[in-house]
Parts: sequence; C-alpha cells; structure tokens
Amino acid sequence: MRHLLRKLGFYAVALWAALTVNFAIPRMMPGDPVEIMLSKMGQKGPVTVETRRAIEALLGSDSSRPIWSQYADYLAGLAHGDLGVSLVFFPAPVSSIIGQTLPWTIGLIGLATIISFLTGVGLGTLAGWKRGSWTDNLIPVTTMFQSVPYFWLALILLFVFGSIWPVFPLNGGYDVYDVTPGWNGRFLGSVVYYGTLPALTIIISSIGGWMLGMRNMMVSTLSEDYMITAEAKGLRPGRIMRRYAARNAILPSISGFAISLGFVVAGSIVTEAVFSYPGIGSALLQAVGGNDYALMQGVFLIITLSVLGANLIVDLLYSVIDPRTRVTS
Amino acid sequence: MTGKLTAGLVIAVPIALFGLLGPLVVQDPSRVDDIGLTAPAAGHLLGTTQTGQDVLAQLAYATRGSLIVGAVVGVLTLLLSGFFGIVGAYAGGWLDEAFSLFINVMLVIPGLPVVIVISAYLPDRSLLLVSLVLAITGWAGSARVLRGSTLSLRNRDYVLASRVAGEKRWRIILVEILPNLVPLLASQVVFAVIFAILGEAGLSYLGLGASESFTWGTMLYYAQNGLALRLGAWWWFVPPGLLLALFGAALALINFSIDEIIDPKLRNQTRAARRGWRMSREQLRRAREVTL
Repeated sequence: MRHLLRKLGFYAVALWAALTVNFAIPRMMPGDPVEIMLSKMGQKGPVTVETRRAIEALLGSDSSRPIWSQYADYLAGLAHGDLGVSLVFFPAPVSSIIGQTLPWTIGLIGLATIISFLTGVGLGTLAGWKRGSWTDNLIPVTTMFQSVPYFWLALILLFVFGSIWPVFPLNGGYDVYDVTPGWNGRFLGSVVYYGTLPALTIIISSIGGWMLGMRNMMVSTLSEDYMITAEAKGLRPGRIMRRYAARNAILPSISGFAISLGFVVAGSIVTEAVFSYPGIGSALLQAVGGNDYALMQGVFLIITLSVLGANLIVDLLYSVIDPRTRVTS
Repeated sequence: MTGKLTAGLVIAVPIALFGLLGPLVVQDPSRVDDIGLTAPAAGHLLGTTQTGQDVLAQLAYATRGSLIVGAVVGVLTLLLSGFFGIVGAYAGGWLDEAFSLFINVMLVIPGLPVVIVISAYLPDRSLLLVSLVLAITGWAGSARVLRGSTLSLRNRDYVLASRVAGEKRWRIILVEILPNLVPLLASQVVFAVIFAILGEAGLSYLGLGASESFTWGTMLYYAQNGLALRLGAWWWFVPPGLLLALFGAALALINFSIDEIIDPKLRNQTRAARRGWRMSREQLRRAREVTL
C-alpha cells in the first residue's frame, strides 16, 4: 500500500511539473503569442471576449496581473477541460481536435509498440539463451536500424513501397474516397492497410533496443545460481528458459519502458509528418506551422499526459510481476 | 582492440575528419548556379541541388554542423548527468531524494515535443541554442544510470575507508568514485551524442532546426522541399541520410565495445569469435553444448 502511494505521489508531482512546464514555456519565450494569435484569429471571424480570455489564461498576456493569479486561472481552465480555440481549424475548440486525432496516434503507436516489444523480447530471449546462434548475429543488424533516423527510414520505405513498387498508399490514415469511417470491416481494413508502413517504420527502428536489452539481461540471468538449481532438478530446457530465465530477465525491459516510450512518441511525430498520418503529431506540426499556440500547448499537454499515464500503468503492472518492489526497505 | 571498436572507429573517424577539414577545401555551400539538379560529374562530385549549389560542399558544412551539435550536447550531458547523478547519489538523504525525483520527472516528460514547442516560439535559432535545448531535454536517462552505479560504489569498502581516513567529500567523489565511473560516463556520452545528432536531424527535418546553418537534417529538409525524392535526385537526399546512419551506427558500435569493457559477460560468444580462438571442431561442439 505504501509503495502504491509513493508511486501515485510521484506521478502527481510529474503531472504538476508537466502542467507547470506547459504554463511556463509560452510566458518565458520572447514575443507575444496572444497578440499574434488574436490578430490572426480576427481575420477569420469575430473573436468573442470569452475566447480572448481563454487564450490569455492559456498563453499569458502582458497585462499587469500577478503570475500567481494567472496560474490559478490556467489551472481552473484546465480543470474544466478548456484548452482554448484552435486557429488553424478555426472555430473548432482545441479539445475536439485532440479528440479526433488522439485515437489515430494511440492506435498506431500502441499497436506498433506492442508488436515491437513482444517480437524484440522474444528474439532477445532466444539470442541470450543460445549465445552464438543466428539470432545472436541478428542483434548488430537491428541495432544498425536503431541508429537510422525514423524519418529517413520512413522516407526510404515510402520511396521503395510507395513509388518504386506501389504496394502501399503514399499518405493518409484511410481511403477517404471509398470508405466511410465507422465500425465496419471495410473501414478497419483500410486503416490497417494505410497504417502498415508507418507502423513498420516504428517497429523496425525500435525493435533493436528491446532485443539487445533482453539479450544482455538473459546472459546475466543465466549465470545465476537458481539456473543451476533448475537444471539440476531436471526441468525441461524450454521451461527453464521461459519460467526461470526470461521471467527474471524481462524486468529491466519493462521498467525501461519509461525511457523508450518518450523516444517512440518523438519518433512517431516525425513518422506522422512523413506519412501525413491524421494523428496528434501532425496536429502538433500544423499548429507549429500556423502559429496556433493554443493547439500547440494543448497537444503538448495531451502527449505528456498520455506518456505519464502509460508509465503509471506500466509501473503498477511492474509491482504486480515483481513482488520485491512492494517490500519497502 | 575488438573488431567492433575497430569497425566503429574506421567509420567514425573519416566522417569526423571530413567535417573538420572538408569545409576548408570545398566551395561556398550557398553559392547559387544556373546548373540546377545535375547528376554527379567531374565539376560537382556529388551533383548539385535545385538551385545549383554543390552538394559535396553542403555535405561538408552539414557534417561540421551536426558534429558541433553532437559535441555540445555530449559535453552538456556529461556535466548535467554527472552533477545530478553522482553528487545526489553520493550525498544521500533529502538531496538524493530531491535529485532523484527531478531526474525521474525529467525522464517521463517526452523530450521532442518540448523541443518542438520551444523551437516554435523562437524565430531565430542558432546551432548552439538548438544544442542547449536538446541537452536540457535529454540528460536525464544518463543521470539515472550514473545514479544507480554511484549508489553501489559509495558503499564499497575502499570508499568507506577513505571516509574514515577523513578525506573531504569532493575528493572522495573526484578521486575515489569518478575514476570507476569513467567507462560508464564514456558510454553515456556516446549515447547522448547519437541522441543529439538524430534529434537535431528530426527537428531540422520538421523545419524547426537551427536557422541559417547546415546540418544533415537541414539538407534533408531542403531535399524534401525541393521534391528530390519525386524527381529522383538521389545524390541530394542519399548522402546526408547515409552519413547520418553510418555515423550513428559507428558510435553505436563504439558504445558496444565500451559496454563490453564494463561488463565482460557481454563479450562476443559467437561461433565466429570462437573460431578465432583456434578451437578444434571437437571443442567447438562441446562449447555449444555448454552454452545451451
């Protein structure tokens, strides 16, 4: 219980830090984002007093109000889910744009990360178990792919499978002409078809890390005493590998999820840019391109919160599979 | 000197030299000419861009730019992660708690979105500024690794002995603990350099990199905007990407060999390596059974 509270306390602090960073960045930077946004917004349509106030609370204004009351306004606005109005997609509120784009990204990153994690850990287990076999020789190859930048790999994949052999579509999230979005087979099939290349990019670039980490932990675990005990008991090699070695070797991979998820999110923003995928990374870049600071702050906040949430889930899961962490020293 | 280290150095050193010395001999990378998009030929060894700029000249300056970013971020990461990782873990108590909390919070906040947002607010970005932002968002992982090692080192007998002998704190950290962390620091710095060069390339590719300067990422950005891919101008977009991938891979190889120095358990056990030990076929067969 104490362990759980400690974890929740940490994530509360991290959440507060993320909110504060989101609050501080626009205020620390040179220039006046509020004026830039409002003047552009005025060209698109009338700006109401409420809109102006929401944007000021979000981005800060040069009015003489003390910073603490601005902070209180900002937090109150967030508590109501009020992220302001988007400029690029005027007059849609930022929250509705995030609602439209977030499922795409979560689906893409989520599935790609799970596939990459499972395959990488599986291959890493085999490579560590049979050191010197062909899977072990695969490791340098996958780590090469890891040092290839995401967008470069995406461009090459797009060039090969989109232009030279037109097997996969060039961009987009689904077939916008023939398919209507909804829970039907044709739409889902189209989504899978359009998502293959972006997902492949993420999987190829991230699989090496999982594989190498798992392989190295397997090698360390194999020299533990309980491995000899298991062997002396005459257990089948497959059982020793899965229940004794892999079960213990996987722990750092899971706790290393926090670090890797940040990289995957970063990579997927760039990947989405290459494939014009209708996810949250594209929304962020559109916001940046159009000086849409409200959308930018909102997207940044949501990305950070999603990563925090995913980490919290992994952390809680970790204390289930590794009972040692629940014991307070 | 292992094979990995040799291979890494053979790739990385020429690229570094190209970045150091190349800009001294090539022409002005921004000079516009009326021979746009010509394939590699004698006058322009790597062809020209859409506006007739020499790709080789751009590549030389871009290599220099990317290496500067890598070097600056490497040094800053060394300082930041060393300070927060080692000092906190050695001091213990509330300082360690506070530093550790700070490191973990920095770690879970994803880096690139922060960098994108900060870059979006700054109209003029120098190469140093981009490096600074990349370093601030990227040091936490190294700090956590260093903290873990320092925690195990600070309770070793020889450290306790020097504490009993009345040595000053800064001396214990610098003389007793730091030398044992050097291999780990080296591998973390190499990792930070890879991260920085790739991160800068991604940022530049999105059009948010340093303005008015050449890096591998900005070259790819201009190639993409100039429709190099669509027009089949491979000499424009392949060289920067290839150098990026090769340099990253070379640093990764160097990092592996450092890791193997730190942890001998990780040393290569492949059949090829065993053949290098001049084992007979019979011995090889037995060794395979042992590793199973």
